[in-house]
Formats: sequence, structure tokens, C-alpha cells
Amino acid sequence: MELLITFVKCVVALLIVLQVGLLLLWIERKGSALIQDRVGANRANLFGGLLPFNLGIVNTLMADPVKLFTKEDIVPDGADHFLHWLAPFVALFPLFLTYAVVPFGDVLVVGGTTISLQAVGLDVGILFVLAMVSLGVYGVVLGGWASNSRFALLGGVRGSAQMISYEIAMGLALVAVVLTYGTLDLQEIARAQGKLMWGVVPAWGVFYQPLALVILFIAGMAESKRAPFDLPEAESELIAGFFTEYSGSKQSVFMMADFVEVAIVAALVTTLFFGGWQVPYLYRDGFHFPGGFALAVPSLAVTILQILAFLVKVFIFCWVQILIRWSLPRLRYDQLMDLGWKRLLPYALGNVAVSAVLVLLLAGWTRAS
Amino acid sequence: VVEQTYVAVLISAGLCALVVAIMVGASRLLGQRTPSRAKQSVFEAGNRSIGDVKSHRFPIKFYLTAILFIVFDVEVVFMYPWAVVFRRLGWFGLAEMAAFVLVLGVGLAYVWKVGALEWE
Repeated sequence: MELLITFVKCVVALLIVLQVGLLLLWIERKGSALIQDRVGANRANLFGGLLPFNLGIVNTLMADPVKLFTKEDIVPDGADHFLHWLAPFVALFPLFLTYAVVPFGDVLVVGGTTISLQAVGLDVGILFVLAMVSLGVYGVVLGGWASNSRFALLGGVRGSAQMISYEIAMGLALVAVVLTYGTLDLQEIARAQGKLMWGVVPAWGVFYQPLALVILFIAGMAESKRAPFDLPEAESELIAGFFTEYSGSKQSVFMMADFVEVAIVAALVTTLFFGGWQVPYLYRDGFHFPGGFALAVPSLAVTILQILAFLVKVFIFCWVQILIRWSLPRLRYDQLMDLGWKRLLPYALGNVAVSAVLVLLLAGWTRAS
Repeated sequence: VVEQTYVAVLISAGLCALVVAIMVGASRLLGQRTPSRAKQSVFEAGNRSIGDVKSHRFPIKFYLTAILFIVFDVEVVFMYPWAVVFRRLGWFGLAEMAAFVLVLGVGLAYVWKVGALEWE
């Protein structure tokens, strides 16, 4: 029974990340069109346009995967066949696995059994996320190396240096968050944010660690290799960078990895800084507004509201990243390295130091663990 | 309970591996295959690619970045267990970590000073 529940939760987590990734592909295409005052993808339709109306979203949810998966798979001359196959797998697999530790709800009560809505209730969740996100760099390096192309090799080398540089800032930003909550468990962190400050404001991480939020968000965007940090795949310089020699479904897996990375950054920001699945003033038995007004809500409705709140927050932060991606020009490589090593790293170190002192000085500043 | 958690990780990893493997292999299974010399050649702007790519040289800066990454990333890894038990360690823990970070801070100041962080 335990195993079955775990299995179902793992399937649900995988479905969430797959759907978010696919929907982001559509949101990105329509969103970029909106920003650039175009209509965007609107031609794909079911049954060759026999329907009297255009199902815009069908474009991505069906046409794009079908097109990409039925393309020819080309491995260029002189490429290392095994590594050429391995690279897209290594790029996407750890990112999918990351979503297993992200809590997407509090608990689901079914017939007396209380199920924690997190596929894998890992007590070292943050470490797991960091480890998995770091593995993504192997996909970039292997893809660049195995293709036997100069553009791919340059993209792979650029990508590796960029991703490892921003990983330090990302790790240090997360240290400050761990200091605040005293735990690595993502579900516990989300639960801790259900309390209220001064009885009114929800105690979300953004109020305790604003600088860590900014650093984590910038470093996360750099890890996802999208503009303004898209130097590894800079199309005007390197054709497509590390996946120049990829086609068909292997190339689409690299694209998918980018979108899943966006979704992971959004999920991390949501869980650590914006209460995760928390709806303000909503507890397991219903709403308790400040001022004593209460409203009872059935347990199942509470769970559904929380899952919806989590998804809405994730999509808001995905949208912020898409807005940034279509608004800012690409950085130069020296600017990129300067930002990572000379700005984010010292700021993140300083943030850890200040947080540590404040945690000790103001015992009541944070929740005692 | 700990074993169960890691069984859950394995289940999740198996599912993810299956889905990703299907996505990677889809073109091989569903796509057409009409190979030709031009198609199989490595991308280049109209010319034939000359020389061996694997012996292509790139700036030593990238190696330097990787070495610096090892130094500072290990520092960050040491900070995680410290951050979890920080409230129990108190001021003693803060002083210990301050000494550790100070040594690495001097290192950072040094590589900054000698220009290892500059990209020309």
C-alpha cells in the first residue's frame, strides 16, 4: 500500500513537470509574440483545419511534439555515437527527478490515511535539488564534446564555465535560507511559512531573505542558459551552441531541459520564498482571517486550493522569467563572469554572514526549529 | 523510514529514466531515415570542416574557472551541515565558520587581485 501511494505520487510529480514543460513551450511562443506585437503560432489545427475554430493551444500540445518526434535523427560524421545519445538523456533526466522532492501540497486525507503531497519526502531536499541541477552541466559538456563540431565544442565549454560559476552563488544563497529555517526539508520549509508575522503578514521567506531571493533567481536563470544568459547557445555567434548537431527528438529534449529548468527555478523560488503551496490564512480546517473571522472549509477543498496555489505561483515565476528572457539583450562573456564572481558571490557570502549574526541576535526573528 | 524514502527516489528515478529514454529515442523509432553525405557532414558555413576538432584549443581561462569552482563549491558544501545545526552551535559555530570563510575570503581577494577573475 505504501509502495502504491509512493508510485502514484511519483507519477503525479512527473506529470506535473511534463505538463508545465509543455505548457511553457506554448506560453513562451505566445508570450514572445505578445511582447513583439505579433500574433504568434496560430496555424496548427486538428483535421487540417476542418474545425470552424482554431484551437490555439493544440499547436503545442500536439503538433510540436509530433513534428519533433517524427524528424530524422542525424548523428554527424566523426561524432561519438554513445555520448551523442547520452548527452540529451543526462541533460533532462536529473531535472525531471528534481521535481520529485518539491512539495506541491500539504496533506491529502483519504479514508483516515494522511498522505504528504510530495513524491519523495526527502529530509535533505535542498541538497538533492542542488545535486540534480548540477548534473545538468554534464549534458551540455557531453553534447558539445560528442558532436565533433567547433560550434558545439565552444558552446559546451562556455556552458560549463557559466553553469559552474553561478552554482556557487546559488549554493550560497541557499545556505542563507537553510540558516533561516534550520532544515533542508522542503516540505518543512513550506509548512514553516504558514505562520503569521504580527498576526497579519504571512511569514514567507521573501521577508526574511530578500537578497537570497534575488541571487537565487539570477543564478537560476543563468543555470537555465536562456537570454540574457544564453551564451552557450548564442544563435548569432554559435548557430545553436552545444546542440548544433542535434535534430529531432534529441534536440527537443535539450529544449525541454531549458523549460524544465525554468520550471524548477520557479518551483524553488515559490517553495523557499513565497510559501510554496500556502494560501494566506488557509489552514487544514479552513480560513482563519486576522480579526477572529473564520470560515470552515472541507479537507479536500483545502488540498485542492493549495495545489492550485502552488501551480499559480509556479506559473507566475515562469512568466517573470519569460518576460526577462524577451526583454534583455545577451550579456558579453566578461560581463557574465563579472556578475557571477565579483557581484553575486561576495553579496551571497555577505548575506550568509549577516543572516548568521541576525539569527543569533534576534532569537525571535525566525522560528526556532 | 529512511529506506522507504530512498526506495521512493529509486521509483521516481526509474519513471523519469523511462520517459526521458522514450523522448530521446523517439526520432530513431518514428522518424524517417534517408542519410546522405551532405546531411551527415558537420555543420560549417558552406565549407568542409578542416582539422581535428578534438585538438581544437580554447582559452586556459576556462580551466582556471573550473579550478576556482572546485575551491569555492567545496566551501559551500561545508556550510550546509553547519547551517542546519547553527542554532545549537551558537556564537561558537559562528566564530568557527568565520575563521574558515576568512581563509577562503583571503583566497578570493588574492585571485581577484592577480586578475584571475578578469576576462579580456
